[in-house]
This record gives sequence, C-alpha cells and structure tokens, in this order.
Amino acid sequence: MASAPVQRSLERPKRKNPVLRTRLPTLPPAARSRVALGLTAAAALGRFELQQCRECGMVQYPPREACQSCLSVNLIWKVQKPEGELLAQTVLHHSNDLFFRERLPWRLGLVKLDCGPTVVAHLHEAVEERVRVRAMLDRAGQAVIAALPLKESSDMADDRQLREFTCDPRQRKVLITDGKTSLGQALVKALAKAGADIIWVGHSEPWKKFPGFDELQKIPQVTLLPLDVTDSKNVREAAAEIAGKVDILVNNAEYHRSFGIGNRQGVETARAEMDVNYFGFLRLAQEFGPAMRARGADGKASAVAWVNLLSIYAHANFPPHGTFSASKAAAHSLAQCLRAEMRPAGVRVVNVFPGPIDDEWNQLLPPPKLAPDTLARSILSALREGVEDVYPGDVAQEWLARWRDNPKALERELSA
Amino acid sequence: MVLAAPVTVPYVRYSIRAAHWWLARAFSALLKSSNLQKGEIDGLTVSSFTLAPDTAIGLTQHLGLSPRWLDHIPLGGASGVVALRRAARAVQAGDADIVACIAGDTNHVDSFRLTLANFSQFARDAVYPYGAGGPNASFAFLTAYYMQKHGAKREDFGKLCVAQRANALRFESSLFKKPLSLEEYLAARPIAEPLHLFDCVMPCAGGEAFLVLSEERARRLKLPYARLLGTIERHNAFASDPVQMRAGWALDRDDLYRQAGVGPEDMDFVQTYDDYPVISLMQLEDLGFCKKGEGPAFVRKHGFTWDGSFPLNTSGGQLSVGQAGAAGGFLGMVEAIRQLTGQANGRQVEKAKLGLVSGFGMINYDRGLGSGAAILGTSKA
Repeated sequence: MASAPVQRSLERPKRKNPVLRTRLPTLPPAARSRVALGLTAAAALGRFELQQCRECGMVQYPPREACQSCLSVNLIWKVQKPEGELLAQTVLHHSNDLFFRERLPWRLGLVKLDCGPTVVAHLHEAVEERVRVRAMLDRAGQAVIAALPLKESSDMADDRQLREFTCDPRQRKVLITDGKTSLGQALVKALAKAGADIIWVGHSEPWKKFPGFDELQKIPQVTLLPLDVTDSKNVREAAAEIAGKVDILVNNAEYHRSFGIGNRQGVETARAEMDVNYFGFLRLAQEFGPAMRARGADGKASAVAWVNLLSIYAHANFPPHGTFSASKAAAHSLAQCLRAEMRPAGVRVVNVFPGPIDDEWNQLLPPPKLAPDTLARSILSALREGVEDVYPGDVAQEWLARWRDNPKALERELSA
Repeated sequence: MVLAAPVTVPYVRYSIRAAHWWLARAFSALLKSSNLQKGEIDGLTVSSFTLAPDTAIGLTQHLGLSPRWLDHIPLGGASGVVALRRAARAVQAGDADIVACIAGDTNHVDSFRLTLANFSQFARDAVYPYGAGGPNASFAFLTAYYMQKHGAKREDFGKLCVAQRANALRFESSLFKKPLSLEEYLAARPIAEPLHLFDCVMPCAGGEAFLVLSEERARRLKLPYARLLGTIERHNAFASDPVQMRAGWALDRDDLYRQAGVGPEDMDFVQTYDDYPVISLMQLEDLGFCKKGEGPAFVRKHGFTWDGSFPLNTSGGQLSVGQAGAAGGFLGMVEAIRQLTGQANGRQVEKAKLGLVSGFGMINYDRGLGSGAAILGTSKA
C-alpha cells in the first residue's frame, strides 16, 4: 500500500509574512459521551487506562455503561499494557471535518491491543507491526489513542501528526516568566536543549544581576526581558513586544512564604503571595492570552501551550504553608477558567502540581523534595507527551493518590 | 408469504426535501403500482436515518395512515431483510394483511457529515475524532486487511465495480449514467487507502419500497409476486474477532438453505449489500458461494453483469445507483422482486427462478453489526 512520504527532522519554520492572513484555529471533533471522558481523565495525567470490569476482569473499548461480558456496571479505569499489533492501516485523503481536511493526508491504524480490544488510532509514520499506544489529548482537549513505534527515537516527536497533539518546544518560541529561580534556570536550560527557537526569560529587577544571570546569557536562544508580574503596565508592555510570537508560555513566577493564619500578623504576606501567584497570573493571562488564542493554527510553530506552576497544595491546604496554599488554590481555579477560554484555539493549559521543591522556602520540610532539574524535565515531557496535569515526583504522586482516594481523609491527615 | 410491488423513487444527489417527502413518494408509488387504497394497507415498516426527530409513528400522522401494525427499523443496510422478516411474521400471525415496507432518506449538502458525527455513541467517542473519515476509514481497514490476508488485488474489486456500472446503465433510476472502465477505476483518486473513488458509494436522496402479503391475497389482487423461501438475521456476530472478516451469515447460512430447500449453486442471481466491494466478497464467502479467502479467485472466474455467469447486483448496486441512506438496504430486495416478476427491463436475468438478497448494516464502531439474508423465488418456485 502506498503511504505518505516519510518526513524526517523538523526544519526551522520560515519567518512569518505579517501581511498574510493567519489561519484561524479549528479543532478536531470534541463531542464525547460522559463515560468516554474516562479516557480523557487518564490521558490528562499521561496514563493509558481502559475500562475494566471489577467482577470478571474484562477490558473493553470503546467505553461502555456496562460490562459487555457479564453485564456488571462495576467498571473502573485501569492502567493497561500499552502495546499491540497493527492489523491494518489507511491514509485518509478525504475527511468530513475541517480540522482534518486542513491536515490531509492523515494516517490511521487499527490496533489489536495485547489486553484485548481493537482500537482505531492515529498512526505515527515510523510504525512497524508491533506498536506502542498512548492516550493523548488532541487539540480539542479530548483524549485520542495514538499508535507509535515500539522504540523511542530522537526525531520521533517531529512526526507531522504527532506534533498536532503535542506541544513539543522544538522550533517554538517560549517565554519563561521568571529566570531568577533555580527552577526558572533549569527550565531555560531544558528548553534550550530541546530545541526551542527563542526563549524569552523574564526578570523582575533588571537593574541587578541575579545568580546565574551570566550563564543564562550565554545560551544563544535566550533573550532577557524585564518582566514583573505584579506590575500591570510592565506586563502590558512586555506583551506588546512579544505576545504575538510566544508559542509556549511558562508562568513559573511564584511568591512563597511559610505559615498559615495564627503565626502571622496582618495580610501583607498573603497579599504579596496573591499578587504574584494569582493576580500575576491573571495579568499575564489578560495580556498574553488573546494573542496566543489568535495563533492556535499559525503554521508549523503555532501557539500551543500555557504552563502554570501551581502546587500540590492547590488541591488541599497544607496548614504549615496555609496562605501560600490558598493562593495556589486561587490560581488553580483561574487556570481552569483559562483552560476553557484557550480551548477553542487548541492552546493547551498545562497545570503543574509539584510537592515541595528543594529550595530555600521549603528548608524545614523533610525529604523527598523535588530537584528543580527534575521538575523542569517533567514539564518538558508533559509538553512533549500531550499531558495537561503534571504531578511530578513522589510527594505529588502520593498526595494525588490520597486526594483521589478520599479528599476528606487527606484534609484530616494534613491537619494532624 | 410473498413480496410484491417493487418501487424505487428515482435518486438525486442532493434534495432540499425532508425524509418525509421521500417516504411519501415511496408509499404513494406503492399504492399506484398495486392499485390499492391507502386504507387497505394495514401494516407499515419504516427505515430512515434522516427522519429524526420523527420515527415511524410520527410518519403515520404525517401521511394520514392508520395501520394496525407498525415497526420502525433503523438498521441501515440490514433494514430490507429485517423489514421483510418482521412484516412476514406479522402477516403470518394475522396482525396485518398487507404490510408496506418503506425506506427513504434525504440528502442535504451537509446532512451526510451530520449523520456521521452522530451515528452512534461508539462512532462519536472512538472513530469520528480520528480523521472523521466516516465509513470510508472503517472499510479501508477491512479492505487493507482482506487484501493482505487473502491476496485480493484492486483489480478484483474493480471487476465488481465495473460490472455493476454496466448493470446500472440499464436501470433508469440510477444516478450514474456513464460507463466505467477498469482503467478509470484504477486511476481514480485515493479516498482512504486502499479505497479509491469508485470503491465508495455516493450518498444521495431516494426511496425504495415493497409490499408483503399472503400469496392468496396477492393472487386475488392480481399482483405479480416473489415468494419468500427462507431468511436469516443475526446481530453482532463474532464479536471477539479482532477485525471483521465474516459476519452473521457464516453462522446461519445452513439454516437459510435448509429453510428454502436449495443450495447456493441453485441461485440465478445474488444481490449483496455493496457499500464497498470488499463486503460483497465477504458475503459471497459467508453465504457459501466460495470458501473463506477464495473470494478473489471467485471474482476472477466469473462475470458479474446481469447476463454474466454470476449476475450480481443487477440494478447496479449502491456503488452505481447511489446510497440513499437506509434505502440502500432495500435496493437489492426491490431489484430481486423485479427480477423474479419479470420486471427488470433491459437487464432481466434469463429464466431467473431463485435469487438471494443479503443485507449488512450499521458500522457502530469498527465493523458492521447487522447481517441478514433472504432467498426469494418466482411464484412457481
């Protein structure tokens, strides 16, 4: 069977002609039944889960309201072995949907999973008979299954179709809002290594050098940008300069102090936390959001992602860092709003929920603590794999498991 | 039980009318061809994709009918066989004397896309978001797998399409009026590889209908008729096959031939459900005309025009007449009645006594779920 020409490593996209019309974003079909959103819930976390019957163990797909084998309604979503055999493939040259019509030809495969069901999947161009599958969020924010080569290769993410689902930073322009923190610097290095085209790095006090400043300046893609997220005028000016070019925005600006209510006088510290963690995010979203929304389908390097550094404490208050937790809960809520507003453009809002980062503000917390490098790598792989909720490290994973299992129990445990 | 009054409402590519218009045309054509009054038809089955939000019962008020027996049969390509089965049982049980089985769909410029997007829960959740190729994509998989497993070539599928076009040129209601050569078939643009343009049916608007009644009643009314000799139906067969290479016929065909007291070799013609040629091959295998996997060899051995060694889809099938939604599931049934009552002008299979009609419908997810078949004979069979 003839197939689409194999496209190797992604070339640097040509400079945009500002006079030409920017293509408006379209989305793949987004309608799903409620039960099918189980796949989306797992894909948002980067997991491949299928519906499984608790009574007889049957694994089934597409999702159903009852077990097709024993009719039990006692069904759960469970992680499955993401491998199977490619039975047949096709290349679409015609589609009834605008999103795909603009992206033809389009490859699809029929895959018999080792765990049982046969699935229709988007097909990577380098697949062989055995494939690995992944549930990924598409541009509409809904989960789809993609069949990938069994073995990872360095240019795998350059696949034209895969790039429609992922937010791979390669050849994309990135803004990191705070270069002063150890996480900010780890992010700059990770994204530069991943092939980002331009990295704007915000720093809120441009009149003085922070530790690591010189090292950042040596990275060829880096441009330092005065940016103070607590200053509306400054955020507006920065946006006027670069918002129309930013493909990925990583908001890692954070204000973090310990203590809850009783150990502190007045609201100044809490207000400062809110001013960076919540209002800072809101300012950025108001100034950068609309421009990114307009560029959701702007060629090979379109606007694709907005990353928020939240905290695992956004889900359940950690009293020793009580007001910080509250500011992150506020930011999380706002991120859900931004997600809804960015969705029509296919720009993904990635929320990162780390446990304590190994920095000065978490000095008194016992290990394990998250190394900034590790966190930066988690964010990078979330962008590459089409994940939208990231829980990096053991502490975050444990909190997530406890919170999903019983939020009330977690509240009691944290108040002990 | 017998079938009479085969009618086709001539197809058009696009229609600004609603499904009700096409069903009304089909019903009124039935009356005209049978000389019956509206009130004399006391049973009704309705098949349509585009009738929503109405169903069969809404249609009774729309058309001013008052049947004492009614069934809505939304089974797509299996509708014809299933409608016949339901109607025959109703007449046999005395629930109705004369049942009109009607099918019809409209086709607006955008209605096919909307039908696809909302075809089924599984399609919406697990197929449409994957390129929105509709049934083309699903059948591309089946065709690719079949070619790989059984060594079928594009020329084999092409032979069926070319023969059916020759048949369609002799059917006045067909949408396709130009001959098709194998070279043109092979040179057509790809749609969903390995499917190319002439492997895919063209969605259109149209209607089909027939009557089911007792033989004695048909005689009294002096209606030419075909007799129902045997029939089977099965849904979601072989559910654990990883890819569909067979359907319910393979389970039930012995029963079918036993009921009719004949074998596949006795058939004078066959009408398969042919939304894609690979499905015709699957039916010929499952219904015992050749062994599983021998479809390609069978195709190479025979001629499939109305005057060939194996007359198949003698009115052109959906591939050359057009696919008028659920009416596509009636096309072969209506043509079989014409053949067995000597009304297949210009494409009459000589001395046709027995014919087999097969139905296949509803690509719910990765495969067609419904299958059925009927063996019909002349009044003397």
